[in-house]
Amino acid sequence: MSVLRNTREAMRRDRVFGFLQPEPDFALPVDTSHGTILYVDDVSVRFDGFLALNRLNLSIDEGELRCIIGPNGAGKTTMMDVITGKTRPDEGGVFFGQNIDLLSLDEYQIARGGIGRKFQKPTVFEALSVFDNLELSMASDKGAWKTLFHRLTPEQRTRIDEVLEMVGLEQQRARMAGALSHGQKQWLEIGMLLMQNPRVLLVDEPVAGMTGDETERTAELLVSLAGGHTVIVVEHDMAFVRSIARRVTVLHQGSVLAEGSMNQIQSDAKVIEVYLGEEA
Amino acid sequence: MLTRRLFLSDWGGMTVLVLLLAMAVAVPYANLVLPPESPWHLSTYWVALIGKFLTFALLALAIDLIWGYAGILSLGHGAFFGLGGYAMGMYLTRQIGDRGVYGNPELPDFMVFLSYESLPWYWWGFDMFWFAMLMVVLVPGLLALVFGWLAFRSRVTGVYFAIITQALVFALMLAFFRNEMGFGGNNGLTDFKDILGFPVQARETRVALFVVSALVLILAYVASRFIVTSRFGRVLIAVRDAESRARFSGYRVEHYKLWLFVFSAMLAGIAGALYVPQVGIINPGEFAPLRSIEAVLWVAVGGRGSLFGAIIGAFAVNGAKTWFTTAYPMVWLFALGALFVLVTVFLPRGLVGIFRRRRREGGA
Ligand SMILES: Nc1ncnc2c1ncn2[C@@H]1O[C@H](COP(=O)(O)OP(=O)(O)O)[C@@H](O)[C@H]1O
Ligand SMILES: [Mg+2]
Repeated sequence: MSVLRNTREAMRRDRVFGFLQPEPDFALPVDTSHGTILYVDDVSVRFDGFLALNRLNLSIDEGELRCIIGPNGAGKTTMMDVITGKTRPDEGGVFFGQNIDLLSLDEYQIARGGIGRKFQKPTVFEALSVFDNLELSMASDKGAWKTLFHRLTPEQRTRIDEVLEMVGLEQQRARMAGALSHGQKQWLEIGMLLMQNPRVLLVDEPVAGMTGDETERTAELLVSLAGGHTVIVVEHDMAFVRSIARRVTVLHQGSVLAEGSMNQIQSDAKVIEVYLGEEA
Repeated sequence: MLTRRLFLSDWGGMTVLVLLLAMAVAVPYANLVLPPESPWHLSTYWVALIGKFLTFALLALAIDLIWGYAGILSLGHGAFFGLGGYAMGMYLTRQIGDRGVYGNPELPDFMVFLSYESLPWYWWGFDMFWFAMLMVVLVPGLLALVFGWLAFRSRVTGVYFAIITQALVFALMLAFFRNEMGFGGNNGLTDFKDILGFPVQARETRVALFVVSALVLILAYVASRFIVTSRFGRVLIAVRDAESRARFSGYRVEHYKLWLFVFSAMLAGIAGALYVPQVGIINPGEFAPLRSIEAVLWVAVGGRGSLFGAIIGAFAVNGAKTWFTTAYPMVWLFALGALFVLVTVFLPRGLVGIFRRRRREGGA
């Protein structure tokens, strides 16, 4: 039966010869007239019967800096997987602005459309230089034929230099990304997101493994990005969350447990019980 | 600007290219000009042998391009090599004309023997050289396009991909062994008479095939360098090392893999087409799964991910094989196994790795 299903999937009329279709426009016309840039609407994800996301609802305003916290296994990474097209939910919908149904798009379309993502484990192209990492991430025509003949323009060079400075890696530009320290890789990955000119940045545990000093600089960077971009940060480090958060969402067992300012969250009885309690 | 990009810091590649060019000049000279008494005279046997190695080197280059740069391990490149070889073999078979055993001007001997009434449709056009040469790249390219498209869009990677490529080449072998396929069954195609009007067995023809093989290998190397030094090439490395990062950076990973795979298959097809007139036969043995695995070994021995390492590896392993199979025929398979173990344990970056390390230690 699964052979039949796979064959059918492979032969779907709308997908056949997909590689011959023109690439979608980079800039999707995202309608944010109501101020909301991302809706997660009643999303459920099941892994072998286990509910990783359980009717999750979330709405993020444009330009907001939102922190999402929750114990391990709460479904934070899974939520990012759903938004970025890596995991298809079993139920529910995800919308970019009012009009764009993200569930009908592939990862590359979502990325080109303006949603950038940093992985929980810092993921950079280790065998390439820091400069190349940024160059490859840059918003530009990413079709195979175009990249074969691509030459960098002076403006693009300038943009790469700017981002190198923003993430503090000017001195490392020619180094192999694999030779960077853990914290530097985290920054490089954030820099790679910035090169994509995203409207929304999804940042999964950006300060994991960073020193106190590095954590502080990362907090500054993320705060400075909010406003111009919408930033969604998943983090465990409560001190870090306290230092940047305006609005916090607590996830627990795949759904929202509480939402509000840091102070409201910290005094919420349910939250104290499942999460903050362990730390206090 | 472009030459700088292609050859700067590719000292190994430059060396190999210069050696190939030197061979393309010296081998004809040593065979055709120098008298047989001269100590530098090269017999036609050697010309054909080294010519065969050149086609193997081209196959290895094709494999390194996908394996070394995009992390796609194909254990079935013999499929494309063989198909290119068959396309050439069909042309050469048609050139035999009425000089076959049965003297039938229309049908090759094996078809007369199997009482074919007329030439099957898929043999049409193969009497024309240009058509056959088109098929040499088109047939492997199309197979790679369809196969790669199905595999890459279903995100089949790593060892699973390697296994289905083995299945592909195995299936082709079984198919070509069947007489009903119309490709000569297990005898394959052989007894070729001439190519473009020149007798295939003649010394001059062999030397010409040798030179063409060397030049094609050089061209293929330069084209491959162009690909891997472009931004496309860096995307490949990105895909090889962090595929999902590349996807979330906005790349359609499967397109990159697919086009590279198709290009690689075409190179392998050309290699097969150059191989067949030099060895004088093509049969389903070329599709034996082990042959494809052996070709991957050449790349591993030479050093994956440098392109010229693949060329060196193909020469080194096949040179050793030739020597072993004449000196100690029983030992070759063991030697091959031992070589593989030694390389994986002591030279994970292949023969090329030795020089690279030297250079780095030398502070260069
Ligand atoms: N691909 C998968 N298959 C099966 N279970 C998974 C998969 N991905 C995540 N899970 C499970 O879903 C739950 C949520 O995981 P995750 O989203 O990574 O949590 P968080 O990021 O909040 O720590 C965990 O219990 C995890 O084990
Ligand atoms: Mg997580």
